[in-house]
Amino acid sequence: MVEADKMRPSKTSPLMGEVGGGERLHALGGSQPFTPPQPLPIKGRGLEQQIWQVLESVPDPEIPVVSVVDLGIVRTVSPERVVITPTYTGCPATQVIERDIRDALDAAGYRHVTIETTLAPPWTTDWISAAGKAKLRAYSIAPPLAAGQRAVECPQCGSIQTEEISRFGSTPCKAQWRCRDCLEPFDLFKCH
Amino acid sequence: MATIARDEVLFETLLRLGDDSLILGQRLGEWCGHAPSVEVDLSLANMGLDLIGQATHFLGRAGEAEGRGRDGDALAFHRDVLDFRNCWLVEQPNGDFAQTMARQFLFSTWQEMLFGHLEGSSDDFIASVAAKAVKEVRYHAELSAEWVIRLGDGTEESRRRMTDGLDWHWRFVPELFEMDEVAMAAAERGIGADPRAFREDYDRHIRSVLAEATLEAPKDQRPILGGRRGHHSEHLGHLIAVMQHLPRTYPDATW
Repeated sequence: MVEADKMRPSKTSPLMGEVGGGERLHALGGSQPFTPPQPLPIKGRGLEQQIWQVLESVPDPEIPVVSVVDLGIVRTVSPERVVITPTYTGCPATQVIERDIRDALDAAGYRHVTIETTLAPPWTTDWISAAGKAKLRAYSIAPPLAAGQRAVECPQCGSIQTEEISRFGSTPCKAQWRCRDCLEPFDLFKCH
Repeated sequence: MATIARDEVLFETLLRLGDDSLILGQRLGEWCGHAPSVEVDLSLANMGLDLIGQATHFLGRAGEAEGRGRDGDALAFHRDVLDFRNCWLVEQPNGDFAQTMARQFLFSTWQEMLFGHLEGSSDDFIASVAAKAVKEVRYHAELSAEWVIRLGDGTEESRRRMTDGLDWHWRFVPELFEMDEVAMAAAERGIGADPRAFREDYDRHIRSVLAEATLEAPKDQRPILGGRRGHHSEHLGHLIAVMQHLPRTYPDATW
């Protein structure tokens, strides 16, 4: 189950967790010179933030430009455990992702951190972060449509003169589309 | 009804759900590399993958509910045909592409409505799998409905094939709404759903898609029942032989 107090706050810069809040405010405010990140205490919230950073470095095996954090499949992080959720019920990458996270945690010295999987609440494409959507677009995959958005934008030329070729693409999470202006085919990350 | 132990009802309910998904997933996998176009090939394989994902969850949990040390793989690969609890519809041969799509349309429409109800299951696990999978199944239902329309309202040949595909599968629809002792016990305890609650919605939706496809609904036929109690067509044995061949020949094989 997701515990609200362990939910990740809205997406933050990787630096956010490294320095004390006060120092960071100064750095952003520009009134004082930027203070380099201090070594972290290996406990409490600092440890959680370090684990988040490790997870930020774990790419999705099928769309390696986005991390598992960008995809929104990491639900909660505590000093003892990481809770993840699968994207699709039958996504073959689920086991690979768990193994990749395990390897990354082990390599970073967090062998004691366990990985658990939860199905509820179900993952949707709304869990993909804004940064994740931008990375998908830069990788020529049209990100899932936001609520109220009707036209699929070609990730190559930006045209909205696009059409579906097939409802399923190279992976379960993508559909095949093509642009009627630049004529390039592209993948659309399906709304889910 | 009092004679069925609580865990047995849960076990049987999970087997029925898991076996439907597993067998249809395996059937769709048979298309891999044989579909009319690469896009269709991908869609069939991906739908199969979704279904096998559902089966992995349901059968894994079934093994836990049974408590005899069998996991999902043991249930999938080391049971014989009479122990399978899937409905007749999903074990039907693929036939041509129209027949496959007719089967998918009749099944996915039902499964979407079923999972919609199971989201409210008193069993948290069933509820969470249903909530997750229902979105995928909706996609299957929409995709197959589009093909029913496209083929039904297509050429003379595509129309004939879709008509034949629907005719073939029509007699297996009543089983989807059958309530026996296990299903009643599961519904009473809130674990399972009573599909009769959405029978009218199902019929209405099927008929509206068929109307759009300019097709008449097939004539009602004598229903064929019994899959939930282990009575199956000859087709299932052949499917299982192929599906189980590798793990039975090499019991400890791993990737």
